[in-house]
Amino acid sequence: MIAHIAILLAFQLVGEVIRTALGLTIPGPVIGMALFFAALLLVPRLADSIRATAQGLLAHLSLLFVPAGVGIVGHLDRLGSDGLALFAAILGSTTLAIVVGVLTFVGVARLTGGRDD
Amino acid sequence: MTEFADIWSYLSRDPLLWLTATLIAYVAGDAIFRASGRKPIANPVLLSVVFLAVVLQATRTPYATYFEGAQFIHFMLGPVTVALAVPLHSNLHRLKSAALPMICALFAGSLTAIGSAVGIAWALGVTGETLLSVAPKSATAPVAIGISEAIGGSTTLTAVLVILTGITGAIIATPLLNAMKITDWRARGFAVGVAAHGIGTARAFQVNETAGAFAGIGMGLNALLTAILAPLVVSLVFG
Repeated sequence: MIAHIAILLAFQLVGEVIRTALGLTIPGPVIGMALFFAALLLVPRLADSIRATAQGLLAHLSLLFVPAGVGIVGHLDRLGSDGLALFAAILGSTTLAIVVGVLTFVGVARLTGGRDD
Repeated sequence: MTEFADIWSYLSRDPLLWLTATLIAYVAGDAIFRASGRKPIANPVLLSVVFLAVVLQATRTPYATYFEGAQFIHFMLGPVTVALAVPLHSNLHRLKSAALPMICALFAGSLTAIGSAVGIAWALGVTGETLLSVAPKSATAPVAIGISEAIGGSTTLTAVLVILTGITGAIIATPLLNAMKITDWRARGFAVGVAAHGIGTARAFQVNETAGAFAGIGMGLNALLTAILAPLVVSLVFG
């Protein structure tokens, strides 16, 4: 368990170093995820040993957004007089993006015959 | 009463109090979510945020004090993002066969998210810095904030819009996709990850592991693509 956390943190650290060194806008953890994915492709054994820890952490991914969520409550007034328009933009565009994304995925999958198993 | 005040003034300065409060709020939010029969509207993130906001308001606790304790939870976002590589790897065979649908859905979803957000806000009279802050709202928070800064938006406002987008996506995804009769977990997860980043991904993991894995890759890829597309859309609209 501790070794697994150390591995995850090490990949995040390498990601942060790459981000800073190359001046990228992509966050360090996302770079770390890509690198860790590459490492799992090279060493599939690693995936088996870390799977339980990863599943345990990911099952509570929602919890990790709570501190940031509490942070925005104090800034809701920042929406100001545009509040209603911004809520409409969020609701409308999130709905549209999901609909367009999912229909594109399903449509292209059907065309290319890439069915799920 | 003095005694209680003493204890409170001691505790309220200690990270332990707000760390514990955050976990209790989440456990309570999650319990309500389960008791509701896992209704998407009873979103555990939304519920715990509301509980904690009420408590902070009632105790006149500044956010900085709260974050002293909550930062330990917030910190875990980093390693857990790295851990998203594991379900991705477990779904490797699915990933290979879905490369083309993913790329197409990524471009379509990302462009729709940016374009329709800016379009709707503009049509409803939003202008200037506020309108610019809307563009990157479907990307994961640190990326969205970086983009907002680069294109001249307000980073605070973008952070608020990003979180609201995530919660909105987490709430509407299941009823919306069920109504559309979409049964492909890959497509469902991926679209939600692109549209509603980490909070949408967290929701996808609650529903189905394959959906979660595809949501994670959707979020990661959209972080990359929004960084490219948002400045382009903005320069088209404002150029």
